[in-house]
Amino acid sequence: MRKDFHYYTLVGSIILFVSVNIILMSLGRLPFSSDGFGIILGAGLTLAIYSFLYKDNPAFKITENLYVGVSLGYTIIITWYNFLKPDLYDPLIVPLFSAAAEKSPQYSLIIPSMLGIFMLLRFSRQLSWLSRWTFAFVVGLGAGVSIPRVISAFILEQIKPSLHPVFSGGETIFSSINTLLILLGVISVLIYFIFSVEHKGSVGAISKIGVWFLMISFGASFGYTVMGRLSLLIGRIQFLLRDWLGILQ
Amino acid sequence: MEKLLQIDRRIIFAIITVAVIVSLVLRFELPIPASMPVRGVYNKVESLPEGSHVLISFDYDPSSKEELQPMAIALLHHCFRKNLKVIGMTHYPGSPGLAEQAIVSIADQYQKVNGTDYAFLGFKPGAASLIINMGENLYTAFPKDYYGNDTSALPVLQGVESLRDIELLLDLAAGTSIELWIVYGKEKYKFELGAGCTAVMGPDMYPFLQSKQLVGLLGGLKGAAEYEALVGKEANAVSGMRPQSVVHVIIILFVIFGNVIYFASRKARHA
Repeated sequence: MRKDFHYYTLVGSIILFVSVNIILMSLGRLPFSSDGFGIILGAGLTLAIYSFLYKDNPAFKITENLYVGVSLGYTIIITWYNFLKPDLYDPLIVPLFSAAAEKSPQYSLIIPSMLGIFMLLRFSRQLSWLSRWTFAFVVGLGAGVSIPRVISAFILEQIKPSLHPVFSGGETIFSSINTLLILLGVISVLIYFIFSVEHKGSVGAISKIGVWFLMISFGASFGYTVMGRLSLLIGRIQFLLRDWLGILQ
Repeated sequence: MEKLLQIDRRIIFAIITVAVIVSLVLRFELPIPASMPVRGVYNKVESLPEGSHVLISFDYDPSSKEELQPMAIALLHHCFRKNLKVIGMTHYPGSPGLAEQAIVSIADQYQKVNGTDYAFLGFKPGAASLIINMGENLYTAFPKDYYGNDTSALPVLQGVESLRDIELLLDLAAGTSIELWIVYGKEKYKFELGAGCTAVMGPDMYPFLQSKQLVGLLGGLKGAAEYEALVGKEANAVSGMRPQSVVHVIIILFVIFGNVIYFASRKARHA
């Protein structure tokens, strides 16, 4: 009985969706063109995804898989036309095999290309050892480039505002309070994360302040997350009401 | 009392949906004052002389379009109105369609010409290594633009050899690209960096404002609405603030309601 109810709900929703689109097209609210069918497709896929809020269903599953497939296909095409073709195929492969090519092949591209191919050889039992060369290159280069820059950007530059003088002239009382709050927040949270000392007495009191700072930051993050998710819902409802149904101007 | 604690979550979804629809359909004005981080980006763009180069990195895809596309459109209005040279690019393979649509549609409104007033370089993988490459030589990082033109022949890029020659870089990010631009770009090549990000990322970006590694920040749909209001091009983000505010009030009421019911039922159980 319950299964039948869900089945009829799904079929009824699809019939309702088709009927609404026929009415919209016959009234001229949606153009009988690729634009119109694009909007219908977008509206249908949006509703199918949101149908998950009611219950998992075949319409949601189909749309979910469609999204994964389309995303992957789109990524492959974009990567070919924006990267592989202009940066590898045109400067290396075309001049190598075409007598009409105007430029000579860029042989230096062979080395990074080989390293890229070696990465794919992980799938071969006999040749997977070659992928270690690529990994060694990536890890070595990555660490060398990243470590000094990350220390500079994320640690040294971030320490500066924490060490900003509370009173150096010209500040308002609020900016001085802000500086003190930052100092208190940094110290109390750092002390909270010192686990080799028992959190008792003054250490316990300061770490408790650190917990409050952490809770407030978690609350701010959660508040922003709610705002972000709502923005996505608002955007889709704007699309449904304006582009599809034509209710909003 | 116990029944109220086990209310079907689908009722809450329905209430939220109805609240969004009603507040979109019923028009009422809400003040949208610009916050300091948003004003930071606006003031920086405003201070640039005509013909300055602004690089906008559209680092988002359709899943974050609702928050970041309104920002992109508002920023493009501001840049083209000020006759700045706009260079677009992206680290996201899912972004070129959205970015191109935004750039071309706004450029057309100001009669700006591709290649002369703006350029769209398209997508390139590599993230950190791409930024380093752009910092050394923009033309080896992007030998061709999105349309297959040689970048070295584009008039809009005259005077630009690398990231050092960019007057302002704006990153619209749905992921970690702001940190990448700071670590691998700004730290070494010393350009001014502003950012827009999804609301979820907002709190993580505030330390970079404090340290002045960012000149300003547009956080989520709220940031986009503030920028739309500042440039006088009120569109999707501003109209989205009505349901945003209404639903926030409803959620706060739900939180209070849930807590009251929880403590009341606990008291009743212990009594």
